[in-house]
Amino acid sequence: MFAFALNHAWLIPFFPALAFAVITLFTKKMIKFSAAISIVAIVLSLIMSLIIGIGVIGQGDNFLEHPVKAVVTWFSMPGLSIEIGTLIDNVSVMMLLVVTLITTLVQIYSLGYMHGDPGFARFFAYVSLFAASMLGLVIAPNLLIMFVFWELVGLCSYLLIGFWYGKISASAAAKKAFITCRAGDFGLLLGIILLQINFGTLDLQQLSAMIPNFTQYTGLTAAGLTAIAIILFLGPMAKSGQFPFHVWLPDAMEGPTPVSALIHAATMVVAGVYLVGRILTLFITLPSALLFVAIIGAFTALFAATIAITQTEMKKILAYSTISQLGYMMLALGAASLTASMFHLMTHAFFKALLFLGAGCVLHAMHNEASIWKYGGLKKYMPVTYWTFLIACLAIAGIFPFAGFFSKDLILEVTFAASSFSGHAHGPFQAVYSVLFIMAVLTAFLTAFYMFRMFFICFHGELRSKEVEPHEAPKVMTVPLIILGIFTVISGWVGWPGLGEGKAFGYFVRMGEFHPVEANWFLIILSTLLALGGIALAALFYWKQTYSAQAVAEKFPILYKISYHKYYIDEFYLWIIHQIIDKCGWLLWKFDIYVVDGIVNGFGKMAQWGGAVMRKVQTGQLQHYALVFLLGIMLMFVLLSFTGVHSPALGMIGGAR
Amino acid sequence: MAMAAMFYLIAFITLGSALMMVINKNIFHSALLMLVSFVGVAAVYILLHADFLAAVQVLVYAGAITVFIIFGIMFTMKGDPKKTNPFSKNAIPAAVLLLLFIVINAVTVVITVWPLSNLNPPETTVRAIADLMLSKYVVGFEVTAVLLLTAMVGAIVIVKGVKKSS
Amino acid sequence: MIDILMDKILTIGLEHFLILSGTLFFIGLFAVLAKKNVIAVLMGIEIMFSAVNINLVAFNRYTAAGTALTGHVFAIFVIALAAAEVAVGLALIISIYRQRTSTDVQDYDWLKW
Repeated sequence: MFAFALNHAWLIPFFPALAFAVITLFTKKMIKFSAAISIVAIVLSLIMSLIIGIGVIGQGDNFLEHPVKAVVTWFSMPGLSIEIGTLIDNVSVMMLLVVTLITTLVQIYSLGYMHGDPGFARFFAYVSLFAASMLGLVIAPNLLIMFVFWELVGLCSYLLIGFWYGKISASAAAKKAFITCRAGDFGLLLGIILLQINFGTLDLQQLSAMIPNFTQYTGLTAAGLTAIAIILFLGPMAKSGQFPFHVWLPDAMEGPTPVSALIHAATMVVAGVYLVGRILTLFITLPSALLFVAIIGAFTALFAATIAITQTEMKKILAYSTISQLGYMMLALGAASLTASMFHLMTHAFFKALLFLGAGCVLHAMHNEASIWKYGGLKKYMPVTYWTFLIACLAIAGIFPFAGFFSKDLILEVTFAASSFSGHAHGPFQAVYSVLFIMAVLTAFLTAFYMFRMFFICFHGELRSKEVEPHEAPKVMTVPLIILGIFTVISGWVGWPGLGEGKAFGYFVRMGEFHPVEANWFLIILSTLLALGGIALAALFYWKQTYSAQAVAEKFPILYKISYHKYYIDEFYLWIIHQIIDKCGWLLWKFDIYVVDGIVNGFGKMAQWGGAVMRKVQTGQLQHYALVFLLGIMLMFVLLSFTGVHSPALGMIGGAR
Repeated sequence: MAMAAMFYLIAFITLGSALMMVINKNIFHSALLMLVSFVGVAAVYILLHADFLAAVQVLVYAGAITVFIIFGIMFTMKGDPKKTNPFSKNAIPAAVLLLLFIVINAVTVVITVWPLSNLNPPETTVRAIADLMLSKYVVGFEVTAVLLLTAMVGAIVIVKGVKKSS
Repeated sequence: MIDILMDKILTIGLEHFLILSGTLFFIGLFAVLAKKNVIAVLMGIEIMFSAVNINLVAFNRYTAAGTALTGHVFAIFVIALAAAEVAVGLALIISIYRQRTSTDVQDYDWLKW
């Protein structure tokens, strides 16, 4: 069974794709049946992923050295050969498990959340398509197939963000998401093409083998390959919401909450991190590119955290939190640690999905009232939501023993190890990594602060809105919350310090040698203190209301405004589009009308003018015609008689030559 | 010597009458001058020992064709007879051009080396012409006959006009 | 020098007849090009035919005298054709004259732009 699953791993994305096709073509009207098909398909994928997962884990790190690749050649021509199929190794197995599990839970949750919505069946069709695309991306064997599925998940994101297409803000947000990702995908495609040109292959295994000795295989310098790496990194920057492409993620909250949980928290946005992780050899070979990744990651993390502390909509706060955590994952990759990044990816998937689903329950209870200032005291109305939300908040703040503690600590540890603080770092950029470390630590503090700010405002105190009577969500929505809560608690334990071979997360998902996690007590105490400090500060402001948040906002009006308006980046982009791009378009339009059309019309006008002049030759006078005729004949006569023209044509007319 | 004198005289008459024909403003006078020109051409034929041809020239050209032309003139003449044959606007350019061409022609002819033969032509040409025409060129002979018939019928049809369906 | 010229002028040869026929031809052509009356154009055409005939017969006389009289035969065909052509031409002119009552060649300009 394991061997079958391993060789037929293509079935994993195939089941949801089949569900999508069936629902779209046949069962759109039968909504309960459509949902059932969708859930059955994803459960089948989950079962298959479990079989593969158990088998792979049972064989230790065998699959790290020898991944299983099952491919068929799609097309090949001299110099280019594209295979389509699957590549199963430890990292992809972990992603398969995460994606299938969370998708299953989200789909079950949607049964309750989307109940009564007229697009119920369409929703499940799109979610199935998304699941198929994401799973296909995860097990893609080469960069081209990964790019195909990358675009597909982008499409699904567009479809799902703009799910309520009648709402103008929703369709605008969907367009923004797609266009921003497209801007990054331009870089990604360019990078892929350059890799293909220089290395002759896009296969991940072959690239990993060739890239460390790239000077042997190609004529590139380190600077050239760094440029390619950075261009290629533009794609993950856009997809994973790194600065400056982060603008689409907060707007993407226009979509239904299950979509936010699934796509913009747990799975799609991590596709960028996953891609960089897959070709991490490229970045490790080039320290400058690695530094670039780390800088972008750390900056994004801090940047998003500073925005989140002033936002007033629950889903927006969670969106900025996602951007910030993605920054953490990129920072971990930038510190050359695949383990830390993937570990945080896994734990983040669980607790962020939990946070979003909890937010969905709250929205459902408060009849889609989005501003958190209308909430309050929901603890007594929605106990299950309250407790699971609390677990998730503790996890994201990094409190022992929840999942976020282990993964965030690991990230801080690897950044610390790469910086000059540690004393045993190697590489030329140690000082920069020190700065990044400080940024990461600051972000941890801010994360705890804004998450608990939200928590205390929403769930403690008194209900501020008078119109609504909130109630707990139905079982079909709370059971996934509970399951995710359990995972949030236990999933961090695979990174417990001191775990050795065969048990530690870092044993299975790693690049290079296995180093068991060592407990760095300095960092542990530092991060816990910061997290508790953030929680305490939030409690003082928003629970006990000892200090007034309003007063602080009035004392630093400029800082508050900048943070609340998201650093005015959207306005800046809009300015660029209106002033520069639109004006360029206007210029080109004028060029097209006057120059290009002018040339084409000019030809026509010339023909007209030529005709108007030449028609005067046709006088209708017989004698004029005869005169011209005569002239021609005499010309030929003179040519033939007196000159030395030797031409067979003239000879044919009547000359002697 | 005598030959040369005759030649120049006949050439003068022919060319002179042709020129006068072209210049004259009265179309009837032009037709009569054309007749003189044709007779001159017949005389040239005699100089070239083409006796049968000279006779045919006088018969057909000076006889039939001139009468035809005069028929045409009589049908279509109107107004003052002295002004029936004016020059058109192209006269001067045409005259200049043609003078040029005459010169070119003459120069070409004089320059060229002609492959002359010294043989004498036969005394009477009728027999030779008949031999040729009815043996080697009999197809052309027959076709010309058909053509003459066609021309006759065609001319009648054109002049008669389209039959009105009444 | 002079006596070569005199000899050339006084001994009638092929060139003389050719120059004669050429000049006659161009005179006829002048009538075609420069006269307004269409009958005059027709007369010019007839002069041109005659000139061509002189040309044919002259060549026959001076370059192929003892052998076949092909030039004469050709000339006879030309005369026959000239006759036919005059007939048809006049028929056309009269037909046009009936409609337009004009014999001015410059009025026949229906193919004008």
